[in-house]
Amino acid sequence: MNWITGLAFVLFAPIIGGLIAGFDRKISARLQGRMGPPILQPFYDVGKLFEKETMVVRKSQRLYMEFFFVLMVFTGAIFFSGGDLLLVIFAFTMAGVFFALGGYKASSPYSFIGAQREVIQMMSYEPAIMLAAVGMYMVTGSFQVSSIVAYKHPLILQLPGLFLAFFFILPIKFRKSPFDLAASHHAHQELVKGITTEFSGRTLALMEIAHWYEYVFVLGIGYLFFASNVWLGLLMVLVIFELLLIVDNATARVRWQAMLGSAWIVALAAGGLNIIYLMLVKG
Amino acid sequence: MASSLLNFLILFPLAVALALVLTRKESLFPVIIYPASAVLIGASLFLAGLHAGGKPLFIAAHYDWVESAMLAAEAAVSAYLLFLSVRQRDWFVSALVVVQAVLLFGFHFGCGHGAHAEANLFIDLFSVVMGLIVGVVGTLIAVFSVGYMRDLHHHAPAELTGLGSSPQPGSAGLAAVPDNRPVFFGIIFLFLSAMFGVCFSNNLFWLFFFWEITTVCSFLMIRYKGDEISVKNAFWALRWNLLGGLAFLLGLIYLYQTHHTIELDKLLALPKALVMLPIALISFAGLTKSAQLPFSSWLVGAMVAPTPVSALLHSSTMVKAGVYIVLRFATSLEGTMLGMIVAIIGLITFLIGSFICISQQDAKKVLAYSTIANLGLIILCAGIGSYEAVWAGILLIVFHAVSKGLLFLCVGSIEHKLGSRSIEEMSGLIVRLPRLAFMLEIGIAGMFLAPFGMLISKWAVLRAIVDSNPLFAIFLIYGSAATLFFWVKWLGKIINVEKHYKNIEGGISKDQWLPMWALTGLTLMICALFAPFAAVFIEPYIVALYGHSMSLGAGNMAVMTIMLSMMAFFPLAFLDRARGVSVAPPYLAGANVGPEGQQFRNSLGGVTEMHMKNFYMEDIFSEARLMRLGVMMTVIFLIALIAVGGLL
Repeated sequence: MNWITGLAFVLFAPIIGGLIAGFDRKISARLQGRMGPPILQPFYDVGKLFEKETMVVRKSQRLYMEFFFVLMVFTGAIFFSGGDLLLVIFAFTMAGVFFALGGYKASSPYSFIGAQREVIQMMSYEPAIMLAAVGMYMVTGSFQVSSIVAYKHPLILQLPGLFLAFFFILPIKFRKSPFDLAASHHAHQELVKGITTEFSGRTLALMEIAHWYEYVFVLGIGYLFFASNVWLGLLMVLVIFELLLIVDNATARVRWQAMLGSAWIVALAAGGLNIIYLMLVKG
Repeated sequence: MASSLLNFLILFPLAVALALVLTRKESLFPVIIYPASAVLIGASLFLAGLHAGGKPLFIAAHYDWVESAMLAAEAAVSAYLLFLSVRQRDWFVSALVVVQAVLLFGFHFGCGHGAHAEANLFIDLFSVVMGLIVGVVGTLIAVFSVGYMRDLHHHAPAELTGLGSSPQPGSAGLAAVPDNRPVFFGIIFLFLSAMFGVCFSNNLFWLFFFWEITTVCSFLMIRYKGDEISVKNAFWALRWNLLGGLAFLLGLIYLYQTHHTIELDKLLALPKALVMLPIALISFAGLTKSAQLPFSSWLVGAMVAPTPVSALLHSSTMVKAGVYIVLRFATSLEGTMLGMIVAIIGLITFLIGSFICISQQDAKKVLAYSTIANLGLIILCAGIGSYEAVWAGILLIVFHAVSKGLLFLCVGSIEHKLGSRSIEEMSGLIVRLPRLAFMLEIGIAGMFLAPFGMLISKWAVLRAIVDSNPLFAIFLIYGSAATLFFWVKWLGKIINVEKHYKNIEGGISKDQWLPMWALTGLTLMICALFAPFAAVFIEPYIVALYGHSMSLGAGNMAVMTIMLSMMAFFPLAFLDRARGVSVAPPYLAGANVGPEGQQFRNSLGGVTEMHMKNFYMEDIFSEARLMRLGVMMTVIFLIALIAVGGLL
């Protein structure tokens, strides 16, 4: 375990995550033929939220989101310290559970439906992420992130199917089309703002920062597939992100049935075949 | 010392049971049950303390009268079951009873005459752990049942009798349940005695005897309410458990005929290739008892019994006897075809059980299916049989017994308060029944959330299977994704406040609160202290079997500890932190109306209530279809299990 990189994540991830969000909006705008906001716009937005009044339906609803924030930071910290990948995923799941519970606690029909969809999303993406961890273990012989990073060859060469399954569920975690079901900006008519409907002010700002942490963490998992070379890894993270934006702009939101079905089937087919291949290679 | 303690643990509950059956005054139940429970808890803790970290201890316990008493009891039970099954015209059960009796007595007075065990009883760490579960969790549930049964017969509104049916006060309700509490409590203590017997028997015929007693207890408890559906489900449960019992007996007789032994330790010491058939047959009995597919439906039907029965027999202890015996064979199953088939049956049960939970609204049914699924996980561990898997399996037994016992008790009390056990009715439970809701949250968190117990074991299971068969890991992962979904949506329903509710928690008796608080405390405690617990009670057992054991690693333990201490802050949710925050009614896309604005003015000028309903995805995770699929797949593997056992 290397606490320095973990600490670096805690300190710098919000900056990187915020910049990612800024580039996201800029690039998406360009793809749609608009100017788009300044790169730093997400920081201005969050700064403004901190000055707004915090309104709630149930007082304790904020605590769930504060736990989401803390657990998200914690998840990334263990991951970037090189901890056990399975534990990281469990902590990540726990963070997600608190996020969803916050939506339930808010006790409004829109946050409720958003929370329901959020949990369906979690159920959809979990197999792909867990299988990726299993595949990495089979190749490198360890669940420790530090050992996986230290592996000499790019993991993607042996884990193409698992990478595909991972990429397929990425839009869920970035809350992007076609899987932006729980809290979409674009689904106002059906969802208002989904799970975040009843959140405002400081709590909403905190949730936004937690999402920035989440972006960096999820891209970190993507990095593992190319980790044998730092520059290749960073380059590929950029490529993944760019592809994600293209997918976002080229697709429409699907129903939850389509999301759950396709995410599970892709994970089972691509990921499962990949694991069978690894079993055969290992003999 | 240890030997007299064992005798005490088996005989004392029996004496208490006799006393309870003869009791005619309601006020005497607590007077007998509380001290008896305290004594049993003390004795099982004392035994654990005495034996902590120790080597297996074999106890001769040769008493002539015991064998005769057991035979007499078997004869009486067979006659009684035969009588009941003939009256019910359940010929399948009658046939099973007759065949079993003929085999058993034929063996005892025929070819097996003089079959003799050097040590009838034994203690090792695994049986100490099982004994702790029976002694602590079991007796806590017995205490709970005093208050619960008083409510059931006096105060509470009508309880659901048929699963899935809506409450119908009067018709299917309490007036119809005849008050037969002396027998009820008597059976509970008889059952505790039999469970201690199962855990500590080395003589397999003794084990078989106690095993059959638990089957009969389960049968009598399921039919306690006496209505048509209870009796029908009781016979359904009896049928499969007797079938398992028959397989057990056949395995024993075969073992004696071929190897002239009837002792568990000798069976395990034989070269495993020679004893595959008896192991397969006894494992088959374990699968029926722990309600694995294709037999799972008996456990779902058993949920008609009063809730303490479901907690005690059908979740915390009796079904654990099934996984206990299969886990005992883990070393023999490891790396064999038989072990592979057992593991696959457990895995299919885990997957199907978890999927079905998604579509269930009845809280008790969710608990039933999740119990089936978790037992499947333990069976999977046993089938894999590596040291990591056995480590995880034993921990799963412990964590599951405590958390599930708690959950059942909570649901029982909630049902008496709300008059329903539908999860959809549990909206705002955190306001209406705050303490019960808190315990329910702890119980649910214990079932699936990091860093609580079950998750630690799931993690270990995953590591164990990735090493032995990564293909299994794929299915395990899908099952646990489903687990996540149904627990979170239940948790969400509890904390979600749909209307303006009042606190209605008064009137729950102390003898219900005390066991529930105790189990809540235990859930948290074993989670905090599982590392020392495992070091003292589990790891020496694993080391003795495999020569080395499993450890989580200091770094991972640190991570777990940090997470647990974070969770300690969660009760802050109950504090009113209103500074700088304004409370507003929820957004309803219309003007809010009503005391807390939970209704809105609709487009016709009328007032509409808001409603929130969970997803159940009945078309995707349909109970009937999934059950059919699971039964079909597992029947194929079961036939294979018997065939493989026969061939090897």
